[in-house]
Amino acid sequence: MKNKTLFPFLFLLCALLSFAPSRVAAAGGKPVIVGSKKFTESVVLGEIVKGVTQAAGVPAIHKRQFGGTRIIWRALKEGDIDAYVDYTGTLYHEDFAGQHITTMEGLRKKLSTYGVSMAPPLGFQNNYAIAMDPRRAKKLGIRTISDLRRHPELKLGFPSEFLNRKDGWPGMRAAYALPQTPVNIDQDLAYRGLVHGSVDAVVAYTTDAEIDYYHLALLKDDLHYFPIYKGVILYRTDLEKRAPAAVRNYKRLAGRIDTAAMAAMNRAVKIDRRSESAVAAGFLKKTFGMEVAARRKSWWTAFWRYTFAHLLLVLVSLSAAIAVSVPAGILAARHGRLGQVILGAAGVLQTMPSLALFVFMIPLFGIGRAPAIAALFLYSLLPIVRNTYAGLTGIPDGVLESAEALGLPERAKLWRIKLPMAAPTILAGIKTAAVINVGTATLAALIGAGGYGEPILAGIRLDDIGLIMTGAVPAAGMALLMQYGFELVETACVSKGLRLQRTG
Amino acid sequence: MKQAHANIFSLLNVSKRFGDKTVLKDFTLDILKDRTTVLLGPSGCGKSTILRLCLGLTAPTQGRVLFEGAPIAPGKGDAIRRKMGYVIQDGGLFPHMTARENVCIMARYLKWPREKMAARLDELREMTNFPQDGLSSYPAQLSGGQQQRVALMRALMLDPDVLLMDEPLGALDSIIRHRLQNDLKDIFSRLRKTVVMVTHDIGEAGFFGDKVVLMRGGAIEQAGRFADLVHKPANGFVREYIAAQRGVADVLENAG
Ligand SMILES: Nc1ncnc2c1ncn2[C@@H]1O[C@H](COP(=O)(O)OP(=O)(O)OP(=O)(O)O)[C@@H](O)[C@H]1O
Ligand SMILES: [Mg+2]
Repeated sequence: MKNKTLFPFLFLLCALLSFAPSRVAAAGGKPVIVGSKKFTESVVLGEIVKGVTQAAGVPAIHKRQFGGTRIIWRALKEGDIDAYVDYTGTLYHEDFAGQHITTMEGLRKKLSTYGVSMAPPLGFQNNYAIAMDPRRAKKLGIRTISDLRRHPELKLGFPSEFLNRKDGWPGMRAAYALPQTPVNIDQDLAYRGLVHGSVDAVVAYTTDAEIDYYHLALLKDDLHYFPIYKGVILYRTDLEKRAPAAVRNYKRLAGRIDTAAMAAMNRAVKIDRRSESAVAAGFLKKTFGMEVAARRKSWWTAFWRYTFAHLLLVLVSLSAAIAVSVPAGILAARHGRLGQVILGAAGVLQTMPSLALFVFMIPLFGIGRAPAIAALFLYSLLPIVRNTYAGLTGIPDGVLESAEALGLPERAKLWRIKLPMAAPTILAGIKTAAVINVGTATLAALIGAGGYGEPILAGIRLDDIGLIMTGAVPAAGMALLMQYGFELVETACVSKGLRLQRTG
Repeated sequence: MKQAHANIFSLLNVSKRFGDKTVLKDFTLDILKDRTTVLLGPSGCGKSTILRLCLGLTAPTQGRVLFEGAPIAPGKGDAIRRKMGYVIQDGGLFPHMTARENVCIMARYLKWPREKMAARLDELREMTNFPQDGLSSYPAQLSGGQQQRVALMRALMLDPDVLLMDEPLGALDSIIRHRLQNDLKDIFSRLRKTVVMVTHDIGEAGFFGDKVVLMRGGAIEQAGRFADLVHKPANGFVREYIAAQRGVADVLENAG
């Protein structure tokens, strides 16, 4: 019976969290929230959109590095963000795949059913292309994608998004009848793989900074397989009322960023290591004479922001997990069969890949902290439930029998005997949950919740080990501190009698 | 006079089954007030089960268990158990509490005033010959004999009418055991309480028991004064059980 109260509780908790500032901010005369995907070009474009929004006198926030096309589209659809830049090819072939939308007009109509509008194309095309080391391509006589058919031994390295989307590898293999089995490689690491020779061909985007930098050869798409990807600003239609000046500026951007300009901005960030906001501000100044303050935050400001966000995720989700799973463990220990159900349910949650769990929370809680906290909460349940159960069921029979024979009522027995005796095991479970939680919370950046995952993602994107360390080292430090903290709690809370007993 | 010899516990035609295993069958036993009754018998014959029935820790499958003439009502167990003290083989002490906390747990729960608690603790400590400085020790820091003294103090703290002891000396070596036997006997005679004690040891049964109940397989083989069991065994099992005890004397005799 009591387990039924658990799920409503969970739901209520997360529902409360979804009223976090980001949701509220989306309504009324609040800032415009611009999103971006987790690759450099998207982040630069996000900065540009934010810049022109601010130039129109509308406050704007840029939430960077959403984990994927589906996630950011959903965020726009649900109103968690107000605008971002997507590509026509992505919309045709992925978001609205199988719906036979082939024209810009058709696309506009489809988008309007979601309350979303599309500004005219920005000018550049970011199409797929297959890139190879030029010397190797020359030696093998490969100039077109069709030529790849003659070399089944070549190792192709593609990111999982390309491997999975219909307009990516599956369609390309069918169109060109290619024999290779590609390996999965992160897009940001692909060029390095190519240069070091661990892969022979990678998929590239025509605006990629590295094509020029590494002097790569692009294979001719001789069958015209790859669709055209024009950059377009998508925005929530209600912006036309909320911030008409900003929308006017989005339309002014039409045709102002050509492929070369986009590639140059990508290069400025990825190779010349300038910040996205500085590059975007430079572009806006040069093109429109707009003065936009580049985001110039000190290392410390950024560090504290990441730390605060990360700590918030961990502390809220962990406290909620403790509040739910200790009672659940007590329940499980008291009622044998129910116990198996509770432990089983928590176990299933734990087997779910953590990233999948984050994504599953989006339909329920939108984008940002709420779904991240919900996912971390679910992920922290098992170690605590299991250890509470183990701690309580491991108490010797003689002790329990003596307690009962003394005439100590059930409640008092729980508080004075059972929980203190199970405390070391329960604390060990909480400690495990905390350490897992701190590590897993780095994934929260993928769904717009910030934290140490933010510099890690940016570091992977920019191939910047230092930046990765900015996130990874404090995350490891936080995990160690948590562990140390719980050890202090243990010495303070666990009776000396139990420690004596354990050491014999 | 009749009052003094009233039965404190009566087990009337009690059967106890665990699953399809019958532990006690149609078992009837009266336990006399203010006397020491010893339950004796081979391992698994149901001695501990009888104590648990008396404490209301388990309910009979059939038959009735009366305490002071009334059945132990479900839900009233806690109040009734506070009139009983229970000591088990390894003490069943709470490892996370000091000796003092173990002894005072119920008094503290019942919110006794501090002076009353301290006075009672002192009284018990003297009675059980427990060292003053041992009160702040945890069970893990005490010897087996000291742990049993703490368990005894804990059982006696609320001044119960009955003391139920399940092989309280079973885990102790012979010197400590002997010393504690003497102390216990002393305490019993001083307190004039009803005592039910389970033991394996025939000598111990004779030493303590006003009445000795010899059991086998969930039934009574003979119940009565120890001397009667020795001199007038009811059957072959009783004779054999008593004779199976090897004293120092017969070891020497056989060797010589
Ligand atoms: N909770 C239980 N579930 C199943 N069987 C039980 C349970 N409690 C006791 N038994 C069985 O009942 C029988 C009698 O147990 P009991 O503990 O009363 O024996 P005992 O006379 O005290 O034995 P010992 O001298 O070894 O302590 C044993 O066979 C035991 O296995
Ligand atoms: Mg027993």
